[in-house]
Amino acid sequence: MAEHGQESASYAAAGDLEEMELVHPRTFIGKYIWSQDAKVIAIQYGLTAMAIGLVALVLSILMRLQLGFPGVFSLIDPSSYLQYVSMHGMIMVVYLLTALFLGGFGNYLIPLMCGTRDMAFPYLNMLSFWFYLVSVLILVAGFFVPGGATGAGWTLYPPQAISPGTPGADGGVLLMFVSLIVFIAGFTMGGLNYIVTVLQARAQGMTLMRLPLTIWGIFMATVMALLAFPALLVAVLMMMCDMLLGTSFFMPEMLTLGEQSAHEGGSPLLFQHLFWFFGHPEVYIVALPAFGIVSDILATHARKNIFGYRMMVWAIIIIGVLSFVVWAHHMFVSGMNPYFGFLFATTTLIIAVPTAIKVYNWVLTLWKGNIHLTVPMLFAIGFIFTFVNGGLSGLFLGNVTVDVPLADTYFVVGHFHMVMAVAPVLVVFGAIYHWYPKITGRMLDDTLGKIHFWVTFLGAYAIFYPMHFLGFAGVPRRYYAYGETGYIADSVQALNAFISVAAIIVALTQLIFFFNLVWSYYRGRESGPNPWQATTLEWQTAHTPPRHGNFGERLPVVYRWAYDYGVPGAKQDYLPQNMPPEEVEAASDDAEADGEVRP
Amino acid sequence: MTISLVFLAVLMLVFGGWLFSHSINVRPWEAQSEATPAEGITNRASHLPLYFTAARVGLVVFLAVVTAVFALTISAYLMRMEMGPDWRPLPTPGLLWLNTASLVLGSVALQRAWAAAKKGNDQVLRRCLMLGGGLTIAFILGQGVVWWQLHDAGYYLAGNPANAFFFLMTALHALHLLGGLVAWGRTLRKVQRGASAVEVRASVELCALYWHFLLLVWAILFALVLST
Amino acid sequence: MAIAIAVIVLALGSILFFFFSPWSLTPLASNWGAIDDTIHITLWVTGAVFVAVNLFLAYVIIRYRYHKQRRSHYEPENKKLEAWLTGLTTIGIAGLLAPGLLVWGSFVSPPEEAHEVEVVGQQWHWSFRFPGEDGRFGAVHNRHISDDNPFGMIDDPAGQDDVLVESPRLVLPVDRPVRMVLRSKDVLHNFKVANFRAKMDMLPGQTSYFWFTPTEVGEYEIVCAQLCGIAHFAMRGRVEVVEEEAFEEWLAGQPTHAELAAREPPDPQAGEGHYATCAACHGREGQGNPDLNAPKLAGLEGWYLERQLELFRNGARGTHDDDTFGQQMRPFAASLPDRQAVTDIAAYIEALPDEPVEASLTGNAERGARLYRTCGSCHGNEGQGIRATNAPRLAGMPDWYLARQLQNFREGVRGRHSEDPYGNQMVDMAQMLVNEQAVDDVVAYIMTLPRAGQVLAAVNPSGEEE
Repeated sequence: MAEHGQESASYAAAGDLEEMELVHPRTFIGKYIWSQDAKVIAIQYGLTAMAIGLVALVLSILMRLQLGFPGVFSLIDPSSYLQYVSMHGMIMVVYLLTALFLGGFGNYLIPLMCGTRDMAFPYLNMLSFWFYLVSVLILVAGFFVPGGATGAGWTLYPPQAISPGTPGADGGVLLMFVSLIVFIAGFTMGGLNYIVTVLQARAQGMTLMRLPLTIWGIFMATVMALLAFPALLVAVLMMMCDMLLGTSFFMPEMLTLGEQSAHEGGSPLLFQHLFWFFGHPEVYIVALPAFGIVSDILATHARKNIFGYRMMVWAIIIIGVLSFVVWAHHMFVSGMNPYFGFLFATTTLIIAVPTAIKVYNWVLTLWKGNIHLTVPMLFAIGFIFTFVNGGLSGLFLGNVTVDVPLADTYFVVGHFHMVMAVAPVLVVFGAIYHWYPKITGRMLDDTLGKIHFWVTFLGAYAIFYPMHFLGFAGVPRRYYAYGETGYIADSVQALNAFISVAAIIVALTQLIFFFNLVWSYYRGRESGPNPWQATTLEWQTAHTPPRHGNFGERLPVVYRWAYDYGVPGAKQDYLPQNMPPEEVEAASDDAEADGEVRP
Repeated sequence: MTISLVFLAVLMLVFGGWLFSHSINVRPWEAQSEATPAEGITNRASHLPLYFTAARVGLVVFLAVVTAVFALTISAYLMRMEMGPDWRPLPTPGLLWLNTASLVLGSVALQRAWAAAKKGNDQVLRRCLMLGGGLTIAFILGQGVVWWQLHDAGYYLAGNPANAFFFLMTALHALHLLGGLVAWGRTLRKVQRGASAVEVRASVELCALYWHFLLLVWAILFALVLST
Repeated sequence: MAIAIAVIVLALGSILFFFFSPWSLTPLASNWGAIDDTIHITLWVTGAVFVAVNLFLAYVIIRYRYHKQRRSHYEPENKKLEAWLTGLTTIGIAGLLAPGLLVWGSFVSPPEEAHEVEVVGQQWHWSFRFPGEDGRFGAVHNRHISDDNPFGMIDDPAGQDDVLVESPRLVLPVDRPVRMVLRSKDVLHNFKVANFRAKMDMLPGQTSYFWFTPTEVGEYEIVCAQLCGIAHFAMRGRVEVVEEEAFEEWLAGQPTHAELAAREPPDPQAGEGHYATCAACHGREGQGNPDLNAPKLAGLEGWYLERQLELFRNGARGTHDDDTFGQQMRPFAASLPDRQAVTDIAAYIEALPDEPVEASLTGNAERGARLYRTCGSCHGNEGQGIRATNAPRLAGMPDWYLARQLQNFREGVRGRHSEDPYGNQMVDMAQMLVNEQAVDDVVAYIMTLPRAGQVLAAVNPSGEEE
């Protein structure tokens, strides 16, 4: 298998390349700990993100236990409940999804898919991971300081976040700030790498319009993250000044526990503007890589070219750009000048157009395809269904008037979990089932994979779909208990119990996934270099798993886009990107080289 | 937020335009038998003109990130200024002009160092490099003195948002310079250990570009403080 | 195949769930039917798209499932189709947006004739202010807020006739538009009444607003919809929508700022006279008598005693069937002739010397300390009681009494009455004590807190405001 593809495809001669100097360590520590190999860094990122993600998963179960069965668990008091809420949110959004998509998949796939040996700045790339790890450790330390982790919500709104009486206002929130700063510094190092590698180090012939959509998604998400995280950085720095140095950027005159505070004249709204200037692009930082990856999974497993590739690329770009001018739709009922509502509702709904186009194109990619219902494909279809649901509920919240009664209710919780939690996580799973063979050389177990998919997909829908209805009924979010609220029917409690049970089942099912990951690593069926018969460059490596330096002696040369499946006139079902037109075998007499098909 | 949005708009226009030129009239599904690089591009990989080395592109991307940080800070400054009636501008110590002058000279010195590195003039390179760094250290120390003067005159950090923003912005700027000084220090050490001009040329160039950028940032911040 | 069926079942099931689930919008009680209309338009449009896209998806999965003989159709682009889809989507989006913006236009512009009510949020309490005769609010500032001046009124002629409603109970006239002016004393809050649809955040240091017209007479629950700390979920209040005359009558019964300022200070001397009856059970020095189930009174704040006596008097406390001892207290409280007597007696008790009490229960104080974190947010970390959060002193009170009351709150024996908002809050908060052991633990911890005879000196001598 090692030599697969060498004959049938084209590789650039070693001599005419500007070779990178790679650090080839010999020791175990050098190879797997202080590694500068993007693939090892990717796995380090991935494992760390999954570990911290498990913490957040446990937190969510604790929350569900309280909501489903209030007054049963003495461990959970109002402060700890809010701490679970806050830490769950922050971990899932930033430390799991952002890190996993960009640090994990980005690191693994960018050099391989672009056809280069490694990232542009491997040393910086390594530092990026270590910064990330430190930021995770600082974050977790928050649980162990007196007062515990912050309980101000993941949005960290002042004055609450730093005023006495809020859980974690003594130390936990400070650790959160420091952790975020370290994370942002680390991410910037990684992000520089992803951008420069995509711009600078693509293989010969790999034009921008031949890049797989995965790369486009990750690239645009990185661009956005690099421009959006500074907003969080500035906001956090200013809040730290308010907290430690007594400035009043965000802190107004106010009372805390009946006492006058020392602050004067600050504006809590200013923080919200800065936060959501980061926070909204952050949603798409998580979504765009998922969009990209799912496009590639759909095309590969449906054996069909992606429909409307250029439109897809431009949709990614337009979504990315527009996401910077919609932030205040999180603030329709924040007390800001209400006239902003007109502007931001309009921009927000405009963003639905390119997003809808992506959905159409995914479905049209399946149209007239030859759909293999493999596990990655199941996850991809699950993603489309979930994303359509979450995207449509976004039309409620983005439309300013509709948002008013629904803001801060469980409708919001249902919406954002559907669109930026379940949907991207389904893609993460699909991607892991898809690329695991390349990473380890073995297939993940199919049966376990299917069980995992069905429980996760149906279970997640059972958790989050009913939440929308709680929102219609006006059930507010971030409540420790509902007690006897006049307008909330008793049946709401029953529904909450149902949701909690579903959540526990889904959470436990993830154990099957982790078991599968470990078991298949040792016992899984050997996959060969290209089990899915995919066209992109990572499947054309000389070795599986690819060694340090990714490709063999010579780097691949690219002749075609990433979606040559079922090309008319070609005998092969798929044409790898590095297959020269001369090697395409004609299927029949009137066969022509590909590229003749016109829309 | 206008400032930040304008910055983003410009950035995205450039990016979008560049991408547009790469995607218009391109039929991505057409294979080519010869992987022909576009005109004027000789580097096999980059599809960018040779001039854009990885380090240069990296620096430009990083500068975009730093610009975002300062643009957002300035946005916050302007928004906060409008929001509260409690804004009391603080005086501009004369020392700031002196500091500005030393940063300008530092930038000039590094520019000359870069020129010397290109010509291979080790002597001039070393002298200019040291001068540039020294002037920058003088600038940072000078900023410290300004802080101390303001504090002495009763313009405390927590006293007024105008003060707080002044301290925050100068601190952020000085921090970025300190980061630059680390890179400068490493370059200087190489030079001191006898590295030739050719070897350090790329590093000196990055330093010089970074310094010019931070000088520009300082000019904008200073103008902002002076005008409000 | 299974996935296609799943997609069909889920898509149609979601629609059926919408029609048949018992959870839907609360009954509308304001003029914002237009908001409901926008919700319904969005529901219909998105529901149709949801079903259409997913059914098509399921069809495609079934029709084009893997077949050995087939090769997929190669079609990189179809400009016409893409243009159509983009165009249709844009029209659909515009169709959703237009009504939204239209309604928002009226949402942001309150009618001229609207009257104004100011809502003041604080951790975890609502209070209200009406502009009074002159129709103008007096100036306020958070800096001026103190126990004596909970609204932060600045000396302003326009503020003298402002009507101050300190308890979290608001009365509004039906069919009259009202502009709610919102502000906060501390962190962010959000004034939400689900039936009115409209809501808005409340910010410290600035005001925000929204408007609506109550259209249905009735009583509605106010909840806080912006995370405001650990008792966020217990920050409740009530709005009663009544006929115009009833509203005027109620409003006239509320004190103005000037009236409150002019109120006579209480007379402890007179209070001493009234206290004679109490002394039989509670003891001459207010030290309490566990044998008679009479708690200690000495050391409690005047405002708290006053509030509880009032609750007993008007039947908001001591009327629950299971509250035997509360029932015993009621007739004594009812025998007090008037409000003044209540104030006087409270002032007298407040001045009694505070003697330490003996612990009588065994709980685990260490575990209790963790539980007490939550209590401390209102009652103070030392259990000293905080006037601003309406939370009485706990330190130095007898443990048997604290434990019994916590049990009563847990079981809803005390605090459930709709006239007892602070009791309501305690009922909510006491839910975190999951069993008797937890109650004993937290009480054991309270017993370790310094008995605050010292703190008493700080009590505000005038102490007369409600």
